[in-house]
This record gives sequence, structure tokens and C-alpha cells, in this order.
Amino acid sequence: MSTTLERNVPASPPPPEQNEHPQRKWYEYFLFSTDHKVIGIQYLVTAFFFYFIGGALAEVMRTELSTPDPDFVQPEFYNQLLTMHGTIMLFLWIIPAGAAFANYLIPLMIGAEDMAFPRLNGVAFWMIPPGGILLMSSFFNGAPQAGWTSYPPLSLVSGKSGEEIWILSILILGTSSMLGAFNFVTTILLMRMPDMDIHSMPLFCWSMLATSGLIIIGTPVLGAALILLSFDLIAGTAFFNPAGGGDPIVYQHMFWFYSHPAVYIMILPFFGAISEILPVHARKPIFGYRAIAYSSLAISFLGLIVWAHHMFSSGTPGWLRMFFMATTMIIAVPTGIKVFSWCATIWGGKLSLNSAFIFAVGFLSSFLIGGLSGVMLASVPFDIHVHDTYFIVAHFHYVLFGGSVFGLFAAVYHWFPKMTGRMVNETLGQIHFVMTFVGFNITFLPMHQLGLQGMNRRIALYDPQFQTLNMICTAGSYILALSTFPFIINIIWSCYKGKEAGRNPWKALTLEWQTSSPPIIENFEEEPVLWAGPYDYGIDTESIDGDEDVEDMLAAITAESR
Amino acid sequence: MTLISLWYGQNHGLLPIAASSDAGDVDELFNFMMTIATGLFLLVEGVLVYSVIKFRRKKGDTTDGPPVEGNVPLEIVWTAIPTVIVFVLSIYSFEIYNRMGGLDPMASSDPGPNLAHVGHHSELVALDPSQQNIALGLGVSPESNQDVAPLEVKVNGIQYAWVFTYPETGVISGEIHVPVNRPVALNMTAGDVIHAFWLPEFRIKQDVIPGRETKLVFTANQLGQYPVICAELCGAYHGGMKTQLYVQTQEDYDQWIQDNTFAMNESNESVAMNPATNPDAEFLAPYAEDMGVDANTLAQLKP
Repeated sequence: MSTTLERNVPASPPPPEQNEHPQRKWYEYFLFSTDHKVIGIQYLVTAFFFYFIGGALAEVMRTELSTPDPDFVQPEFYNQLLTMHGTIMLFLWIIPAGAAFANYLIPLMIGAEDMAFPRLNGVAFWMIPPGGILLMSSFFNGAPQAGWTSYPPLSLVSGKSGEEIWILSILILGTSSMLGAFNFVTTILLMRMPDMDIHSMPLFCWSMLATSGLIIIGTPVLGAALILLSFDLIAGTAFFNPAGGGDPIVYQHMFWFYSHPAVYIMILPFFGAISEILPVHARKPIFGYRAIAYSSLAISFLGLIVWAHHMFSSGTPGWLRMFFMATTMIIAVPTGIKVFSWCATIWGGKLSLNSAFIFAVGFLSSFLIGGLSGVMLASVPFDIHVHDTYFIVAHFHYVLFGGSVFGLFAAVYHWFPKMTGRMVNETLGQIHFVMTFVGFNITFLPMHQLGLQGMNRRIALYDPQFQTLNMICTAGSYILALSTFPFIINIIWSCYKGKEAGRNPWKALTLEWQTSSPPIIENFEEEPVLWAGPYDYGIDTESIDGDEDVEDMLAAITAESR
Repeated sequence: MTLISLWYGQNHGLLPIAASSDAGDVDELFNFMMTIATGLFLLVEGVLVYSVIKFRRKKGDTTDGPPVEGNVPLEIVWTAIPTVIVFVLSIYSFEIYNRMGGLDPMASSDPGPNLAHVGHHSELVALDPSQQNIALGLGVSPESNQDVAPLEVKVNGIQYAWVFTYPETGVISGEIHVPVNRPVALNMTAGDVIHAFWLPEFRIKQDVIPGRETKLVFTANQLGQYPVICAELCGAYHGGMKTQLYVQTQEDYDQWIQDNTFAMNESNESVAMNPATNPDAEFLAPYAEDMGVDANTLAQLKP
């Protein structure tokens, strides 16, 4: 049992078991591996690599936008930048980062040795670097410039070589995502340790179940849309080309059928991570376990029937707009339940304001704003005014950056000790948080107003009346760029010089913390035993007398059971 | 907190002026949503800020917090209240959308792409391309005066300009002029890629799609000059695809129509001719007149 083991382990020298188990060599992280922990780290580092590229593209865009005229880059190149920025951030940063944590954590959290299909898992990861390199190669002959949404006919007439490369690389990355999802679902449903019934598993696993369902149902439809688009582009067909009798609106329906669930694919893993992080650092059980678990499934299901809210001003009839307004409004309810439950988890706890926790609180505060603007966007008459404006850009950056990325950073800080066996530098982490939070809000909050006032999106040249607000946004984006430095320095330094973490530095209850840091290759030294629910904090205060401490109570119970 | 929300919801100053009554309705809806959103924002952010200060772990305290796992009545309340709110928002939005003409059967059914099939499908009723009234977008408001015929304007969006054609007078222009207080019906299409016709001060927008006709109907109630902005990425110069809507008095509008129709009038003066059919002298005569060269000038050249 880990409580008694904690007492026996001395503070400084590593536990004797560590020296008996081989550790992974550094070069193994660059090779094909079937170990979910190696794959998880491979996904995570690759995702961060593309984050920095996508971020650099954004900085060029924001620099251009500090003046109304297209005087920094040509408008055509600007459109390439925005297309690549969106595509990289979504398909090479957030979706793989979600897969990273899913890969690393799921087997550990459920007491399994590895995923259900370890080799498939390795294949899924190794599709990401080629897909990413292929996408980047499009810059050589003109990157795609029709936006990450790539609507025909524009995507059929502009940047054609880049467009075809874009299609092929998304097909590769989408396949990778699906292969990962097959693994997650199978592992979660079939490989939980015998004692762990589905209502005792950590909420991260629930959220990955919901995510995987969406990936499996949605991604094939995107694949179909892109294959048909590709035929139109290179084989002269006219599925979506009106000149040949095709219908560009069909593309939009097929594209958004995946791409709306895609945004839930991007946020649900981090919803799960937040549900893990808050209880640990608040020392309180998660508030409303079943509500959070089932609301993840509800979001997953509802997420499949809201897609046309991206098409409220497009080729959609009125009755269709009304239907999708209703379903989109409904999806606010399970999301709201989660936000309130997380707040209630924090309320009354004993909060440790470390980097992981403050990023989690930052997540809550930013995602709230994105969610509120999202409910407004569900209203058709309002959306008609702000569709394709900076209001939309503000909304999705609040939910994607404010939501997913803050959640991602919280997860990195929280599980870094488990992955590396070392603690991060908390001061640098707090500096990172403040710079990110401040930079993020300065960049994206004014965009709501820009959109409402009349600034459309995906433009390199804009009406001069918007210049002041744009300059504010650009200033914020430079702060965001600088904020990456404390993070990178912290991570690299801590990998080598961080304080030793030990098995369970956060005194958390989920199973991944009951094994060594980093975990041994087989995950657990012996069959793990489930001795507490994942969020049973506060048990040590639940005693009638109040003076007895836990060790004495356990000793008494052990004595009784003999 | 309620008072702050109510005040900010009405006075946020975030929207441009409303130049039609429909725009005013949309603004009221937005103000309502802003009020609710501000309230929720203050509530949740307040809880977070308060918690981070009040519930901070005291130094040296390594015990856990209270083992509170849930509270069913509270959870029911915070499920029910958002459900009621979204229900109200849906009904309110539906009402506004209907008032704007969004559910006009003439403008809210989807006949599919039809402009490419002129002549092929004339036997099919649903796809009959001659039924110019059926299109996607916002149609005539159910509350409007059915006797007043809207001013019809045809709109064509191309890379990177808007071309407006007035069928009743034959005027073609790059700007759109309309008389105040008269419904205007825009019948729109695109010539190459998807564009979108957006009038921010009117809060209306509709994609224009090649091969399809889409529609917008509005009634301006304020004189002025308003931007028309393309709101769907259409290429490199999407940001420059803009023109102006002029809402004028009936007299000024009529004057503008007349000024522009003048250019369309059949006149006996030909504008261009084929030089091959004319002998040189006839062809050169207008140039000579323009330059002020006449018989006298030529005479001076000859020795």
C-alpha cells in the first residue's frame, strides 16, 4: 500500500527498486517504440515543435496587421500564412497534444501495462512527422491560401499545388488521429484493472472515451470530403465546382460534420485533464463526478448534430438554421455543468497555487469567456452579423488557446514530475503563467469589439478605423511570443537540474502516481491494487474522534482484519 | 452584480449604429445576451478570484480539504437555470429571425444549385430555375406591408468587386443606392468563388454562391453612407473588396438613378466604331475636333 511505503521511503536517496529497473535511453525517444509512455512523450514534444512554428506564423500575421495596409507581406502570402497557421495549430499541435496525454496517462490510470494495440500506437505517432513535414513543404511552391477550411471554389483556383499537399497531409494526420482513437477506446473499455469499474475510473478516461467516439465517427467524413475535393482539384471532376454542376455547399456540410466535433476533440482531453488537476491541488474530491462524466458523453453526442452553426449565413435554408440553433444552444448546458462543477471543486478546498493549478484556474477563467461568446453565436440573428469577423476569431481563440492550451500547460506542469522524475521551477512557471495570461487577453479580448464594429476576417488590408485596436492586439501577441521563453528554459533546465520528484510529489490518488517517476517500463512493479477512488481526498479528515491520525486508524483496521 | 450586468448589457458601446429596424431588433437581442453573459462572467470569475484568495492552503497544512463530492439540489439548480436561459434565448432568437424574414418560404427553402442548369430541368418544379423568387437568405418580413413592392436590385459578387444592377431602370453600378424607408430586395449571386454580402450597420449578411441565387431583404430607416463588406475569404484581396451603400431620400435616389440612366440611354452618337468600315477622314474627324485642329490650322501648315 502506498501509505505505508511513503513512510518507509527516506527523503533523499532513490527507492531501492529504481536501480533494479532499466530506464529508457535518450535515443529510444527518436525511434519507433511501442511503449505508450515513450509515444506519449514523442507526441508531446512533436506537438510543441509545431506549436512554435504555428506561433511564429501568427507573429508574422500580427505584425502585418499592426498597420491597415499590406506593407509587411503580400496579401497572397498573408493568406498562405493564415491557412498554415490554422492548419498547424489544429492538426499538428492541439489534436496530437491531446493524443499525447491520452497515450501517456490512460494505461497508467487504469492499471494496465500498455495500450491494447501497442504497434498500431507507434504507427499512429509516426504518421505525424511525415504529415507535418509534407505540410510544411507546401511553402516551397506556394502554400495553400484558402484558409484551413479550404472552401471550394476558392480552394480549387488558388494555390493549387499547396492545396493538394494540404489535402494529402490532412488525410495522413486524420488517419493518425483515428488510429489513436481506436487504441484509446479499446484500452479504456477492455483493459481496466478488475477492481476498477467504469464509475471508478478517472474522469480523464471518460473524456478520452468521448473524444475517441467523435474522432472515429467524424474523421472519415472529413477524409471523404477531402478526397472528393482532391478529385475536383486534380482530376477535373465537379463534386463541388459549380461550373460543372457541383455544389460547394455539400463540401461545407461534409467539412463541418467533422470539423465541429474536431473542436470538441480538441477540448475534451483538456476538460479531462482539468478534472484531474483541480482535485489534487485543491485537496478536495471532484464535485459531481457523474455529472462531469456523463456531460462529456453528452457533449460528444450533441457535438455531432451542431455542425451547420458554422453555416448560418451560407447556403442553408431557414428551417435548417433554426434546427442547428436549437442543438447548439442545448450543448451549452453540459458545458456549463462542468464549469460550475469545477468551480465547486475549488471552493472550500486547500489550494496550492503552483504552476499547474494557476494554469488550471486560468483555463477556467478564459474558457468561460469563450463559452459565453459561443452561446451568443448560437443565436442565428446575432451570428449573421458577426460570422466571418474578428468576433469569431476572438471566440475560437478563447476556447482553443484560453481553453485547450491553458489546460495543456496545466497538464504539462502537473505531469512533468511523473514523466521526468523531476520538479519544475515554480517561479519560472508562475512568470510563464502571468505573461501568457496577460498577453493572451490583450491579444484576443479587443477582437470581440473589432468584429462587432465591422472588421471581417482573413484579411491583410483593413479599414484604418480599426488600427488602434489592431495595434493593441499585436502588442499582446508579442507578449505571448516572449512568454514561451520562461517555459522552454524551465522545461529544459528542469529535465536536468530539477529537484527529484519521487513517486508522488502531489500526494495524488490516481494510479499513475502510485508508481515510480518516471514509471518503470512495465508501468507497475506488481499488480496494482485499487485502495481508494480517484478523488477520495479528505478521507484523512473523516474521523469521528478527530484526534486519531490515519496511520493509527489503518493499523487498527489491519489488526481487526487479521 | 445584477445591476452591473443590466447596465453593461445596455451600454457596452460595442456595436455600430443600427440603420434599420431589424438591426435595432438584433441589437436588443445582443444586449439581452450581453446582460446574461456579464452576469455569469461576474459570478464565475468572482468565485474564482475569491477562492484563490480565501481558500489558499495555509503554510504547513498538509491535510486535505473537506470531502465534498456533490450536492444534488445545487447541481439540479445549475442545470435547470442554464437550460431555461438557452430555451429563452432560442425562442427570442427565433422570433427575431422570423421578424427579419428569415423564414419567408420564398427565401428559406433550398432549391439546390440551379443557375448552371438553365434549360435542363424545366420539367422539374422544385428545380425550376425560372422561379426567380426561391432563394436562400433573408426574405420579406411577415410584418411588412405586402402592398409595397420591394425595390429589386441584382447583386453580383466577383473577385474583387460588387456589381449592382437595377432591373427596372437598367442602371449598373459599383455602388448601391436605395431610398430610405422602402424595402429593398437583393437577389444575389457570385461570378467566381463564394463571397458574402455584409452590411454591418444593418446586421445582415448572406453568402453569395456561384451557381445559386441568394437573397437579402432590408428596409433602411436612416439616411447615410454605409460600408458593404465582403465577408467570405475570396482570394488575396478579400480585404479590399468593399463598396458603399447610400441611403438617400426618394428625390436624391431618383436623381441618382437618372444620372446613371443617362449613360444607358440610346443616343445617336456612337461610342465606338470599327475603323475598318469608315474612310479615314470620317474616322479622324472627332479626334480633329477634339484637338482643335480645323481647316485653318491645316492651312497654316501648308506652305
